[in-house]
This record gives sequence, C-alpha cells and structure tokens, in this order.
Amino acid sequence: MARAISTRRKLAFTAIGWLVGLVIFFPILWTVLTSFKTEGEAIASPPHFLFFDWTLQNYFEVQSRSNYFKHMWNSVVISFGSTFIGLAIAIPAAWAMAFSPTKRTKDIMMWMLSTKMLPSVGVLVPIYLLFRDWGLLDTRLGLVIVLTMINLPIIVWMLYTYFKEIPGEILEASRMDGASLAKEIIYVLTPMAVPGIASTLLLNIILAWNEAFWTLNLSAANAAPLSAFIASYSSPEGLFWAKLSAASTLAIAPILILGWFSQRQLVRGLTFGAVK
Amino acid sequence: MGSITLEKVSKSFGTTKVIPEIDLEIADGEFVVFVGPSGCGKSTLLRIIAGLEDATSGAIHIDGRDATREAPAKRGLSMVFQSYALYPHMSVYGNIAFPLKMAGEAKSTIDDKVRSAAGVLNLTDYLDRKPRQLSGGQRQRVAIGRAIVRQPKAFLFDEPLSNLDAALRVNMRLEISELHHQLKTTMVYVTHDQVEAMTMADKIVVLNAGRIEQVGSPLDLYRSPKNLFVAGFIGSPKMNLIAGAAAAKENATTIGARPEHIGLSKTEGPWQGTVTVVEHLGADTFVHADVDDVGPVTARAPGEFLVKHGERVFLTPDAEKIYRFGADGDAL
Repeated sequence: MARAISTRRKLAFTAIGWLVGLVIFFPILWTVLTSFKTEGEAIASPPHFLFFDWTLQNYFEVQSRSNYFKHMWNSVVISFGSTFIGLAIAIPAAWAMAFSPTKRTKDIMMWMLSTKMLPSVGVLVPIYLLFRDWGLLDTRLGLVIVLTMINLPIIVWMLYTYFKEIPGEILEASRMDGASLAKEIIYVLTPMAVPGIASTLLLNIILAWNEAFWTLNLSAANAAPLSAFIASYSSPEGLFWAKLSAASTLAIAPILILGWFSQRQLVRGLTFGAVK
Repeated sequence: MGSITLEKVSKSFGTTKVIPEIDLEIADGEFVVFVGPSGCGKSTLLRIIAGLEDATSGAIHIDGRDATREAPAKRGLSMVFQSYALYPHMSVYGNIAFPLKMAGEAKSTIDDKVRSAAGVLNLTDYLDRKPRQLSGGQRQRVAIGRAIVRQPKAFLFDEPLSNLDAALRVNMRLEISELHHQLKTTMVYVTHDQVEAMTMADKIVVLNAGRIEQVGSPLDLYRSPKNLFVAGFIGSPKMNLIAGAAAAKENATTIGARPEHIGLSKTEGPWQGTVTVVEHLGADTFVHADVDDVGPVTARAPGEFLVKHGERVFLTPDAEKIYRFGADGDAL
C-alpha cells in the first residue's frame, strides 16, 4: 500500500482523470448549455460555447406546450412505485437464496439474469397485447408492473450479494430467540442490510427513471413519464434542439439532484464487497 | 424442567454420514459438555438439539415432549454462539430484550427482566452501548444475558469462550459455572478444550468422528477411560501411550501412564532416559524424556526438581495406575 508515488505521476493521473470525467460529462453540459440558447444559436456552425445570448425562452415554451409537472409526477410514481414493490418481492427472495440455498439456487439466479439478456423488443408485442386486453395501456399501474418485472432480477441480485455478507449465525440467533420468519426479516435482516438496501433502492429508482423503451411504447398521454416528455420534442415536423435540450435538462434535473445527494451511498453500493 | 433425550439420532450431509445413530440422556439441571477434536460432530449435534439442523433420522425429546420436527423458536432453548451473534444494530438493552419482545411480553416486564439480567452479568452501565463498543468479554456476557432472560428449559453453548484470550477465558469459565449453580438450568456446552470440559461438566460426552466414545463424570473419564481415544484426550498433559515390548510385558498391546503417575529420580528407577525438553511451570515441572526401549515419555515432577536438556534421568511408572489396552484400542 505504502508506495511512494512521484508528484509528476500524481499530476498525470489527475489530468487523465479530469479528462475522462470531462469527456463523459460533456454531452450533459452541452445539453444544458443548448437549453439556454435560441433555436438559431443552437444550430449555429461553428457552435458558440459560452458567448451567446443566454435566454430562458425555451423553458417557458416547454412548460406552456406540455405539462412538465404532470410528467414528473408520473415519473416519480412509476420509478418509486416499481422500486418499492420490487424490494418487497426481492427481500424475501434474496433471503431464501442467501440463507436457505438449494442445489438449484445458482441456476435460478442465472436464469433470472438471463432474462435481462433478452432484447426487450422481443417481448414487446405479447406484452402490448396483454396490456391492451387488460386495460393497462397508458396507465401508471401498467408501467409500475412492467418496470417492477424488468428490474426485479437486478434487485434480487444486488440484495443477494449484500445478504451474503451478513453472518448466518445472527439470523440463527434470532430464530433461537423466538423470532418467526417474518420477524427475523423485519427486525434483524432488514436493519442490518440497510446500507445495501438503500443503494439498491437508489440505483433502481435511477434505472426506472431513465427507462425509455417500455414507457414510450406503453404510454401515450395520461401515464407518460419524463422520458416520453423528452421524446415528444423530437417531432416529425423538424428538430428543435434548444427546446429538446430544455426538456432533457428538466427531465434529468430531479434524478441528478437525488444522485448528487446519495453519491456516497451509491459508490459504496456499486463497489460493495469488492474490498473487505 | 429441562431434560433432553436423543433417540437414535443421526445426521448425514448428502452421502456423508457425520453422525451415526446416537442415544443420549441429559437429565434436568445437568451441565453436560460435548468434547472432541474439530470435526467430530459435536457442534452439529448441538445444532440438531437446537433445531438449527434437522436430524436425518431419530427423535429428540425435550422435557418428555417430542420436539424432532419443532422449529428452534418453539423448543424453549437458548443458545450462545461462538461468534456471540449479537444484533449489531441494537443496543445492549435491545439485544437482551429481543427474546422477550418476540415472546410478546409487556414493556414493564421486559424492562424488569433486562435490568435484573444486566445486574447479574455486570452490564448495567453498558445498556445503551452498541455491541461494537464492547470488549470481547462484555459481548460474551451480553450473549449470555440474551440467553438467560427468557428462562429457557436449557442453555446451549457452542464453543462460547474460544474467541477470548486465555485470562478472560478462565474468568468466564468460572462465571458460567457460577451461573449454572444459581440458575440450576440444564446446560449443554460444546468445546474442543478438555480443560473446560473437566472443570465445568457434571457429565462429559467424548465424541470422535460422530460417535460417542464415552459418557461419564470428569473423574470417571480420567480414572477409567474406556479406550485409547478417551485416554489420550482427557488429561493434560496427555497420557503417555506406549506400545511394543514395555506393553507386552503387561500383556497388552498398548499401555498408558499419566505424567502425574510417573516418578522421576536422578538415581534409580526401572526406566532410564535422556531429557529432551523441560517445562518449568513453577508448582510443577514437566519433563519430556526419550526413554530407552520405550520411546518419548512425559512425566510430572515437583517444581523444585531441576534437570537440564540432555541429562539422564530414571522414571518409575506407578504400577497400580497403568492402563492396559487391547489390539482394538479398548481398555482391558
């Protein structure tokens, strides 16, 4: 561990780090900047980086053309709803897999993961027809159901890895102390797994928030979340870059803020178990 | 009341049989120690009694009632684990109160019982702390507190002292013995340390490869071991087990002589040997010697017996205290 690193190497690594960070961040920065330009400025060539007439015009127009807050509320309901229902299903499932495994547990885990490898479009038609027949098209309930199903394998996998780190003896102790299965999960397992559950929760809210394939195909006006709200600005009558950028900025702002406040938890979650 | 009876209990993991059929009676109020080398099945046996493992066959009766298929929570037993297994997110108070809370007792009753248990175990000042803020010995006491509050039919201890340092282990050993005298509840205690077994038990069960080798009081096992395994396992330092000509003279395949039953002298004795190692413990001196025609032998001498490595000594085994074993390893 204690290896002397020369100042020059440190500088080089820092510079590379910043460069990579900037490259990744640049599209978002560019989107935000474009949202403050006029449509004319937005397509100007060569583009102006910072020195243009800053305007909030796009934001006013976006808000007057479509109801941002309604879409945002849909996004909140769908992403939080699907994540909480997913957790309620996944906690007992991951408990069973981590603490009471059978010969088939590994196979089931891999099978669940394999469903994520299937291209979504492959099951679009059957799901669309089912939703049509059940009256779930363009409903928030329908989107909550489909996103719960889509993200469930990831939630189970993440929780499984966290639960694996909890010593089984503690759960056995609770059984000796007279806890039923439900009480064991509620009073002992869940509080001990809070950090893991929190990062699973955050990651899945972000995944569900950004999900576009199912939300675009299964919603129209009523249940459309922010992803559909952005898409509505890439219209057939021509692209309006500035307005599209303003819509995108508005759509990613809430999740960006959530991510900013929870970044420590997220990083811990994504690298959990990598180093003891 | 807390009698425990095992009837033809066996356990297999897949095709591996870890415990062949075992019968065992544990009387109410008894302090029983399961002792044996690692991997002998003693912890598995305890976990079967607890209900944390299912027996492959056989029946377990607790208090005369068939508990074979009962969940751990329903058996009315408490367990103290080797790793303490405290709930890290709860305070000491929360940990001790947990079994009472699960039993649905009233808040005021819980409070009384937790405080009285904490008093018995010197934990009153630590009730608000989290387990991570406690020392090993304190954690162990919290684990015991959690076990005693709900007045179980029996306590199960799974190597509870092996994570503690030597001095603390001796203290806790005394505390657990004292607790047994106070509570008079059945205790089943698993350890690989025969000193713990000898000092604490009313009855020792010596296990080897899943089989019960011998059951008896500590002194029974010390005085009349049934076979070579028990003879070698009980007693510290180990009994000297000698095969060959010296054993044939006694009409046995192997003879055993405990270090304390071999006299040492610098001038006379039937065996003569060269000292290899001397251990001075103050009160006693253990002399390890390579005896001519017999092999390595350990003998206990008084603390003031002074010899050095390489010196020649004479050894006299006490003829009345020589154990004789046949070819099958059983005592003759």
